[in-house]
Amino acid sequence: MSVLLAFAAAFLFATGTWMLLQRRLSRILIGVGLVGHGSNILLLMSGGDGGVSPIIDTADPSEFADPLPQALVLTSIVITFGVTAFLLALGFRSWRITHDDVVEDDVEDRFIARRHETDQAIAEEELAERDQAVEEGRR
Amino acid sequence: MNALIPLPIIVPLLGASLCVIAARARWIQRIVSLSALTCNMIVAITLFVRVDDRDMVVMQAGGWPVPLGITLAVDRLSAVMLVVSSLMLLAVMVYAIGQKAEESRYAAFNPVYLVLAAGVSASFITGDLFNLFVAFEMMLVASYVLLTLGGRPDQVRAGMSYVVISLIASTFFVTALAVIYAATGTVNMAQLAERMPELPPGVATGFSLLLILVFGIKAGLFPLFFWLPDSYPTASGAITAVFAGLLTKVGVYAIIRTQTLMFPPDARQGTLLLVLAGLTMIVGVLGALAQDDLRRMLSFHIVSHIGYMIFGLALFTLAGVAGAVFYVVHHIIVKTALFLVAGLVERRSGSDRLSRVGGLVRSAPVIAVLFALPALSIAGLPPFSGFVGKFALVSAGIDSQDWLIVGVSLLVSLLTVYVMVRIWSNVFWGEPEDPAIVAWIASEESRVPRLMTASASVVVALSVALMVFAGPLYNYAERTAADLLAPQRYIESVLGSDAP
Repeated sequence: MSVLLAFAAAFLFATGTWMLLQRRLSRILIGVGLVGHGSNILLLMSGGDGGVSPIIDTADPSEFADPLPQALVLTSIVITFGVTAFLLALGFRSWRITHDDVVEDDVEDRFIARRHETDQAIAEEELAERDQAVEEGRR
Repeated sequence: MNALIPLPIIVPLLGASLCVIAARARWIQRIVSLSALTCNMIVAITLFVRVDDRDMVVMQAGGWPVPLGITLAVDRLSAVMLVVSSLMLLAVMVYAIGQKAEESRYAAFNPVYLVLAAGVSASFITGDLFNLFVAFEMMLVASYVLLTLGGRPDQVRAGMSYVVISLIASTFFVTALAVIYAATGTVNMAQLAERMPELPPGVATGFSLLLILVFGIKAGLFPLFFWLPDSYPTASGAITAVFAGLLTKVGVYAIIRTQTLMFPPDARQGTLLLVLAGLTMIVGVLGALAQDDLRRMLSFHIVSHIGYMIFGLALFTLAGVAGAVFYVVHHIIVKTALFLVAGLVERRSGSDRLSRVGGLVRSAPVIAVLFALPALSIAGLPPFSGFVGKFALVSAGIDSQDWLIVGVSLLVSLLTVYVMVRIWSNVFWGEPEDPAIVAWIASEESRVPRLMTASASVVVALSVALMVFAGPLYNYAERTAADLLAPQRYIESVLGSDAP
């Protein structure tokens, strides 16, 4: 049982990582969901083997399943759910703006990267202007 | 006294729900948020005085016997972080009201801001690793909303990458929690500290690395910082200021807390953290140099200074950790001040492009003074608090004979001066050439609202006050470091106390 769950978690992590590396938000979203489920399964398994329901006076406490990971995993699922809903809303907003959900490049970053080239172009232009002025002066 | 501990979490959350109810009446929302944040500040200062005077305070939520319930604990480090963060949250709230941008446009601002405040406080107070995850999420979800509140295309774009990166970090956190729980059977930090030395050293080292990865993403450590300068500047002035001041420092706090408390000395990642710290400093400051957008420049600059804090921690000596704690406090206040003033600059000159604005020293001398003070402080010029912090770190580095990192930090310090000079000469000296900017500065609209200037002045005054109180604060930081490096007291206070 546990081996099966371990494989399931590994599979979810692998496919989720692949989806996360895509450029479209809808795919990233699925990736986030898959990886999230993978880690939730891992968290659930961290309590060890299953057992009977941990209700006092119904069974021997040594046979109980560990209730803590279940509580933790529930919290984690709720959080993932909320954030996924927010990402969906963000994707929708992006679609309204650009009719696409591709995560775009950082414009400012591109601008800074290009600035060096523009600086050089401007410098060359100024140089050419000065040369021209010198030419005219000679005439 | 113990009943005070959960208040910094409960009061803002209650305030947030009241704000949701009063969504249509902005003035009620404002009264509620300001009083909740003021209450937070008073509680934080009370806890601070008490913790420094006597001993740390611990509370078991719900009265469950330790370690079954959630432990809330305030020691010296948590107390000072609580005080500084509550001060900044209150000041930025006033600024946001004065700014008349997001705050007056969207009813969601006030409740979400209070949730952010609750999340920040909860991260500092909690003594439970899973609860730390919940606190982080509370803070992060609030920050997602605040970042994208305007719904502008650039905000949506930056918001997407910010949310996805944070989500991945959270997933790593859950994974780390799962493996740590599987190995130790607890998520209580004090109990983890007891059980961690019993694990094989390789396993403990692995956990330590995993947690550094998780918190490194949130703090903006070297290879994991790229989301920060991309996303922070797209929000409005007040929101960027609170993100810049607090969010990354919560990550730094988590690194300091987990590394010093939970891991035995042989599982601590001193060397790795030193290398990361050096690279963070260099890459951050070089990134800042290349920028043309004022707030983006300052955002890269946050990254560079995260390096200093990690450098102090990574030495794992009394002087080093004390320097790191001092630096965190200094940086929260000074960086918030700088971002608030950057908001004023943008308002006054209609742009935050360095290549377009200019001459503010004549058209807005008050803003120029407000900028100069924190800028000198962050550049580390004596007698400002930045100098004290850097001096403490460098002398700690010399004591530990880590010459390389000392050299790097001095070089970065020099480059920081250059960054600040570049901002000063572009924004405050010279003349704006763009006719649109000239017309804007001459127009009535460019007058900065009094409330914005007032709240920015208060934060700048605080940053100057740090210089005056640097001695007592440094002594406090030393006591904090002594506590952190001898975690036995923390463990005993948490596990030994009998909750009712």
